[in-house]
Amino acid sequence: MTKVENNKAWWLVMPVFLIVAFSAIIPLMTVVNYSVQDIFDPYTRYFVGTEWFKQVMLDERLHDALIRQFIFSFTILLIEIPLGIMVALMMPTKGKGASLALILVAIPLLIPWNVVGTIWQIFGRADIGLFGAMMAKLGINYNYASEPMHAWLTVVLMDVWHWTPLVALLCYSGLRAIPEVYYQAARIDKASRWAVFRYIQLPKLTNVLIIGVLLRFMDSFMIYTEPFVLTGGGPGTSTTFLSQSLVQQAIGQFDLGPAAAFSLVYFLIILLVCWVFYTTIMHMQKDK
Amino acid sequence: MVWMSWTLPTAAFFAGIALILVAMTTWQAISPSVERKGFLPIETTRGDRLFIGLLSSAFVHLGFVALSDVSLYVATALCVLWMCFLMRWG
Repeated sequence: MTKVENNKAWWLVMPVFLIVAFSAIIPLMTVVNYSVQDIFDPYTRYFVGTEWFKQVMLDERLHDALIRQFIFSFTILLIEIPLGIMVALMMPTKGKGASLALILVAIPLLIPWNVVGTIWQIFGRADIGLFGAMMAKLGINYNYASEPMHAWLTVVLMDVWHWTPLVALLCYSGLRAIPEVYYQAARIDKASRWAVFRYIQLPKLTNVLIIGVLLRFMDSFMIYTEPFVLTGGGPGTSTTFLSQSLVQQAIGQFDLGPAAAFSLVYFLIILLVCWVFYTTIMHMQKDK
Repeated sequence: MVWMSWTLPTAAFFAGIALILVAMTTWQAISPSVERKGFLPIETTRGDRLFIGLLSSAFVHLGFVALSDVSLYVATALCVLWMCFLMRWG
């Protein structure tokens, strides 16, 4: 029997296509147009070719921000993914405890970004904040406003606190989807706790972990609000990440051309890294 | 269209991309692409190879802009060659 090809259903995708065109493609095209011009006002603009791209690509500050950004993203992934799995494994599965644990774990996710920044800004202060006061009691001269290492520690801790719950909840849902028979078989074979994790739970978690890693990478690579509120990118430029450099350029100095060129380079880097992640993971699954 | 600040080169660029997409869609409708393995380490369809080609071309152009004063037409010519090579044997 031959299969009838009917592509009329594609018309149903049109509304989505139109929305994406207006929300993403047209603004992106505008950014490309800005990136090759020096814009003074809507009617006074000069074509400058690739001059902004050259300036952006050779800008030392941006190189530093890019390196910081990669270090930050990989640090939080290294912490959040294993920690999220651990939290998910420890969460109760039945009864009232399960609902309570879910609510408690989800709380940080419900807090707006700028509030998270403010919470940690106060939490880390040695005079009125619990964390800062505790560090002072331990004899550590902790000050995120003047010590780059302390600022980094606070930003990383804040992100781990804010976003590990997402990984934990994803893993929790993944774990709940494993049928009981697998565990029964493991008990019959007298499998150790580690063997159950390594050969049953971890393989079944692959899909949710893919989503977790991708979401966390993209989000952390574009992080702006929390470090902006917490440290303002300082001390110096030690916690100035890419998006903050971009905002300084685009809104602070109103250099639309260089900022547009920078946005495009930023976009290409994210596109490349996400594509590499996605392709690697999809092929790992195919090989199984 | 004034608010989008169009220039001739950017308009030509997007028209080119749109033409490529239309051509690829038509080609796909006439003879659907099958995943295959070429010199790339992964199995790819025509669309995958186009994406890889466009993305790598973007980085080649950025590299030329940042590291040399050679005309960008050289980069474009190299990328067209690379694209043909990739689409055929990738």
